[in-house]
Amino acid sequence: MELCDLSAYELAALIRKREVSAVEALDSALNRIRLVDGRPGTVDAGEITAEDQQTVHAFITLTEDLARAQAEAVDKKLSQGEIPGPLAGVPYTAKDIFNVKGTRSTAGSKILANYTAPYTATPVARMEKAGGVLLGKVNLDEFTHGSSSESSAFQPASRNPWDTSKVPGGSSGGSTAAVAAGMGQLSIGTDTGGSIRQPAAFCGVVGLKPTYGRVSRYGLIAFGSSLDCPGPVARNVRDAAMMLNAIAGPDLQDSTAVTVPVPDYTAALEAGVKGMRIGLSPDFFKIQYFDHETGEISEEPISDEIKLAVEQAADRLSEMGARIVENVPMPHTKYGIPTYFVISRVEVSSNLHRFDGVKYGHRTPHGVEDLSELYRRTRAEGFGAQPKLRILMGMYVSAAQYSEQYYQRALKVRSLIRGDFDAIYDPQGEYRLDALLTPTTPTPAFGFGDVYGDTVLMQYADQFTVTGNHAGVPGLSMMGGLSSDRLPLGIQLLGRDYDEATLLRIGRAFEVATEDAPWRKEKPQVLQGL
Amino acid sequence: MSEEITREIFDKIVELAALELEEDEAEYIRRQLNDQLTAISELEAVPLDEDTPPAAHGVPYPPEISAPARRDEHAPFKNPDEILGVAPEEDERYFITPDIPHEDLG
Repeated sequence: MELCDLSAYELAALIRKREVSAVEALDSALNRIRLVDGRPGTVDAGEITAEDQQTVHAFITLTEDLARAQAEAVDKKLSQGEIPGPLAGVPYTAKDIFNVKGTRSTAGSKILANYTAPYTATPVARMEKAGGVLLGKVNLDEFTHGSSSESSAFQPASRNPWDTSKVPGGSSGGSTAAVAAGMGQLSIGTDTGGSIRQPAAFCGVVGLKPTYGRVSRYGLIAFGSSLDCPGPVARNVRDAAMMLNAIAGPDLQDSTAVTVPVPDYTAALEAGVKGMRIGLSPDFFKIQYFDHETGEISEEPISDEIKLAVEQAADRLSEMGARIVENVPMPHTKYGIPTYFVISRVEVSSNLHRFDGVKYGHRTPHGVEDLSELYRRTRAEGFGAQPKLRILMGMYVSAAQYSEQYYQRALKVRSLIRGDFDAIYDPQGEYRLDALLTPTTPTPAFGFGDVYGDTVLMQYADQFTVTGNHAGVPGLSMMGGLSSDRLPLGIQLLGRDYDEATLLRIGRAFEVATEDAPWRKEKPQVLQGL
Repeated sequence: MSEEITREIFDKIVELAALELEEDEAEYIRRQLNDQLTAISELEAVPLDEDTPPAAHGVPYPPEISAPARRDEHAPFKNPDEILGVAPEEDERYFITPDIPHEDLG
């Protein structure tokens, strides 16, 4: 086994004991990148070749010099007998939505293609402090606007390591593809409607959306400010817990980062699930979709394969002593996407007004008459279709004459979605759950071009994750099996505010229970034969 | 297909959003917006009580867990030249823009 295939926990232990060096760990990751990643995403990629379709393309920018300096610093500290951070020497990547000083920070958009960040986002600074080695910045949907990573202005877009004809999910698709393919043990992603958990499900890795406010958003290029959550992407639950330890906590630079104490998320990982109450809701076993023939939203049962994966997970947890509570009502789940279509768009239309060709980023090279024309030309050239769509929707539904009908109504429905969660976790209530177990996604990874372009269908890929963002509660996605096409199936645990520890503990119990499952032995396509 | 966002309304919000669109891009985006409104219209079926509060965020923020207000002190960025350095056009530490539309009031 290569060093790049070890878990973060195992690798950090070896480095700490000086059995391997941080530089050796870095070289192993760089070698893997050379073998499986192909060319990085660029704004002038030209034709996507047949060869491009065989590789992963997780990266936009490889920060090899920075990584080497960080790895050498870790080795130097160790040689001087200093105790390095808990992630010392562990290679990781950052979704290119985080500002990292001295690196290009593009948001996957042409409008920021030439922007080099003058400061570093808090979660990345905390990874640095913990000793992590930043391999580079990874691809994503433009401004995180998508669920497949196809909308990046930096092509070739990231591909799914399990089957490179499929998308890795999104928007943190570069993060989950990199982690699945051994290009860094960890990645830091963001989740606004499911953007960590949905690609984690598609790529067969662990993705954790922390409670809103648990991890600082300082230095994150904003999408939906009341919904955005930075969080870990990892290969197993323990690694995700170690990473959350590193990045969680209050931050004077983000007034929404709460002062709730940060526990050691690794402390109770092995404590098991005996006596825990884990719910299953029928509202997560049916899917909503936009029927183009009728022009209406229709409903159908979820696929048997995904349903079975969740039911089998419930059986394993039950065998380990958890109490499975069935028929938990989550009646507002089906309104998650319509509500998101309104709230996230209003927030993003405000956030994207800062891109004006004056302070940073792209400015139209064409001569303009005045400042208004500069704005229009710059934004027309710099933004792709997704940000334009979202800005326009946000402006429409928040306009004075439509706001009551749309925005105010959506904010009230958001209260009802939150109410669904309050009811099931209420210690005096009927259900008294520790967590809700659901599928992460309605389908396994879909093919390139199969959904892209249909923005309604694409948004519904997040229908089981988005209510967690509206409610602010934490959510953990992990692999629960493989489909008949050998694609990962994701299961999701949703928890109480600031109770990531319980989700991680349940997730770890599931890993133990399925240690010998045949699907655990399977490897992504791009790693076969290496 | 919903036609709620007519071409006239659409052109108005494009202008307000400080955007310009090619014709085929405009038609694609307008069609997608109207499809999305079909999904959004599902919200009309949700019964809302008079007293259902609008939620600006999901997680409650009682004062005991909210970040304390910072002291009202000037805290300059360490190296403002790095911020000015990423500006498309800068001169003597000013951002340079073309003419700002204005009326001369004499």
